[in-house]
Amino acid sequence: MVKRYSVWIAAPVLLIVLPQIFDSGFAITMMSEMCIAIIFALSYNMLLGQGGMLSFGHAVFYGFGGFISIHAINLVTDDIIVIPLELIPLVGGIAGFFFAILLGYISTKKAGTTFALISLGLVELVVACVLLFPSFFGGEEGVSGDRMLDYSITGIGFGKGVEVFYLIAFWLMVATALMYLQTQTPLGRMANAVRDNPERTPFVGYNIHLVRFFQFALSGFFAGIAGGLLAINYEIVNSEMIGALASGHVLLMTYIGGVGHFFGPILGAVLYTFLHLTLVNITMAGQLYLGVLFIIIILWAPNGMAGILMVHQPVWRAGLFKELLPTYLMALGAGLVTFFGALILVEVNYHLSLSIEPDKPMQLFGVEFLANSWPPWLFSIALMAAGYFMLRPIIRKIGLKWDELTQVMQGGK
Amino acid sequence: MTNKIALNLVDVEKRFGETEIIRGVNLAVKRGERHAVIGPNGAGKSTVFNLISGYYPLTGGKIELNSQEINGLEPFQINRLGLCRSFQVTNLFAKMSVFENVRCALLWSEGYKYSFWHLMVRQKKLNKKAEEIIEQLNMSHRSKIPVGELSYAEQRTLEIGITVAGGADVILLDEPTAGMSKSETEQAVELMKFVSEGKTLIVVEHDMGVVFDLADRISVLVYGKIIATDTPDNIRNNKAVQEAYLGEEEEV
Amino acid sequence: MEFYVISLLNSLVFGMLLFMLSSGLTLIFGMMGVLNFAHASFYMLGAYLGYQVSVFIGFWPALVIAPILVGIIGAGIERYGLRTVHKYGHVAELLFTFGLAFMIEELILLIWGRVALNYQVPASLDFTIFKLFESDFPAYRVFMLVVSVTMFVALYLMLTRTRTGIIIQAALTHAEGVGMLGHNVPRVFMIVFGGGSALAGLAGVIGGNYLVTSPSMAILLGPIVFVVIVVGGMGSLTGALIASLLIAALQTFAVGYDYSLVDLLTLFNIELGSEPLFPDLWRIKIENTGPLLPYLLMVVMLIFRPKGIMGERES
Repeated sequence: MVKRYSVWIAAPVLLIVLPQIFDSGFAITMMSEMCIAIIFALSYNMLLGQGGMLSFGHAVFYGFGGFISIHAINLVTDDIIVIPLELIPLVGGIAGFFFAILLGYISTKKAGTTFALISLGLVELVVACVLLFPSFFGGEEGVSGDRMLDYSITGIGFGKGVEVFYLIAFWLMVATALMYLQTQTPLGRMANAVRDNPERTPFVGYNIHLVRFFQFALSGFFAGIAGGLLAINYEIVNSEMIGALASGHVLLMTYIGGVGHFFGPILGAVLYTFLHLTLVNITMAGQLYLGVLFIIIILWAPNGMAGILMVHQPVWRAGLFKELLPTYLMALGAGLVTFFGALILVEVNYHLSLSIEPDKPMQLFGVEFLANSWPPWLFSIALMAAGYFMLRPIIRKIGLKWDELTQVMQGGK
Repeated sequence: MTNKIALNLVDVEKRFGETEIIRGVNLAVKRGERHAVIGPNGAGKSTVFNLISGYYPLTGGKIELNSQEINGLEPFQINRLGLCRSFQVTNLFAKMSVFENVRCALLWSEGYKYSFWHLMVRQKKLNKKAEEIIEQLNMSHRSKIPVGELSYAEQRTLEIGITVAGGADVILLDEPTAGMSKSETEQAVELMKFVSEGKTLIVVEHDMGVVFDLADRISVLVYGKIIATDTPDNIRNNKAVQEAYLGEEEEV
Repeated sequence: MEFYVISLLNSLVFGMLLFMLSSGLTLIFGMMGVLNFAHASFYMLGAYLGYQVSVFIGFWPALVIAPILVGIIGAGIERYGLRTVHKYGHVAELLFTFGLAFMIEELILLIWGRVALNYQVPASLDFTIFKLFESDFPAYRVFMLVVSVTMFVALYLMLTRTRTGIIIQAALTHAEGVGMLGHNVPRVFMIVFGGGSALAGLAGVIGGNYLVTSPSMAILLGPIVFVVIVVGGMGSLTGALIASLLIAALQTFAVGYDYSLVDLLTLFNIELGSEPLFPDLWRIKIENTGPLLPYLLMVVMLIFRPKGIMGERES
């Protein structure tokens, strides 16, 4: 019993302690963004993982949540309505829910590829509206507001980043708990049923369109909460938040984390946000690396990071993980060599194509060299080739080791 | 008189493009009856099931369930009116456990609808009922296993279990014993007799042993038409049936 | 009158360009059940390669070489990428092509940079072919039309007259049956995927200098092409043709009307108050709705005819 609830006790403690340890502005910003991304990714997985609905337009509900929230904040500032800041995310959630009902009724009639296409069409529809309705979307520059409202339940002013972080963390816990509980309800289970076997579901009495639709609407609600939190965090909302790119990000982070397990999107959101924010500062090729990671996951680990972890659970329990460790470390080493080679090639090319003065020397890991000279190219290709030839036998070895372990474990039973 | 008829097919027709698959089927299944539909391959037996359960729309004729016309309704609506069906190819919720499969099959009939405010673990009555059904299927020891890992016979058994779990009073089973061994078939027949107690059962079956053991009446479907509906003994002696079907394929 | 004729011609040019993209996409989808999200990226790749080849050896060789290169890249991706994820189902395939689209855009940035390329119409085609009323009609647009119609006829003949074409047609409806007849279905898939990519590449070579060649060109055109195949009916070539022309006409003609709802109300002598509800809505001019119309059409279509214009399958 204690074990079952331990995560739900440990997580809030962690959320309270973390900003006390990492108290720099950058760290607070990053952690806030991670928490928001977790809510958004979990809401996305209500569609993809739970209901088998691949959406390319989930950011629509995130975006509407953000826009309605920022307008609500401005209305409170102008003394037209009274809502304490702590409840603004709920306004965002209701907005997301409302628009999910509006748009979802048509799109959830379909499943699979057609559903995915419609979601893309709808996101483009909304994006096209951004410039047509400037008083709502604020045109190119977006809508800004001031989160330091006169009304607050807690009496916190929310002037400091860390105060906002605690608000976000609170909503993170609430939303995550609700989404987890939802997976344990009849609707949550029937969403699984529709995902696994849409042919059979009608013959147990359920209308598959409505199952998808209700699941979609709830997912829109939680995406809206995440959007509302983003509006509070940055005090500005623009069309970037509602578009196809934002939808793509949430798809990537959810899938990288793993759609088959509830905690997958949490892992994905944390890792993706971390990489996204750090890579942007050090390289122009950040998006490319994230894309490569995504493709690797699709090709070789379709259950994402969570899937990789869960595969190892029985091995770990049987105390056999140490058998795998050496080969894993070797694979990691060889992988890093390959990656390092590719990285040089990519960075050199980006320097040549995107920097202002491609003829000037560039810096990589503290080494200065000319991008248009041959040594970096040769070095990079050599590294990649070496890494590749090291990696191949190691991967074969890992496969053999796994076969061996599976036999040992089955024998143990 | 009419309410003694559970399921009534009147001049049912189905065309796929130019091809006429079902050419005017008339069939009245009495309440509480165990009715078998037999016929050579390609006669349209599964198509008849698909028409009754709303999987395909009709081209002509009408179908009544408990005197209520059901053609044109969606499968889930027909299911809610008290008709359930199994599939020829095993059709379960593959990633879920046996227990979850049975529970999903119970949800609608237990009135949960699209609820997202009931926690499944707390629904004692629902869970107890699911456990009871699994016990009747003799699968209690397999309850937590994902159905994808079950043996073929177990999957077929579960297929029947899920079909009847919702408590519908008209049960359609599509080749329930196909691919089973002799002893597995015997168990499946016992199960079918048990679950159809007091209900109406319609079964498509190739195994003549099962058909003559189980059925009160038999209909013979040949090339989209029913050529005879009668008691097993009379069917056995029916000349037309022997010519069209039994004589060719199987001696009884 | 002048406006109508010119717009009609322009929508024909743009519509055929759209069809060049949507035909390949539809063929791939119809046969393999795979929606190639990266299809517009192959179009972009075609434009960039077309530019690069034409810099080295001129436009005419580029017109042939670039689509072939794109086709080879497409076939390679099918063989070594898509086929690997096939076992995980259609959603995984769609995700793979989504990741691919993402990667191709990044690679284009990597090689050619962020700025739009100076990809010009070749000098030999840069003249006015005829004067319509007061406007010049550029020869290049006629050329585009000729290329796309030729391609359409060639595709039609290929599908109806050649052995491969007949196998492809059969595989469109009965992929398993074709496999059982002993045809190498995976190879047919690879050919179709490569061929579809090559078509998109060709569209890129002739469209890149007509429109614009920049890293955002795939994102700008891609969603419209997807709308085309939803509106036309998933997997139907004729539907794709009709929808391409329809959407091109919608977008082209919309530009010519600067009416808004306010004008409509004025027509009926209704005055709008100084602070109406939804102030923007009343002032939207039709000429600005171009980007919106394809998606609006899609929504309307889904409500009233979910199968699409010529669609047979529901989903």
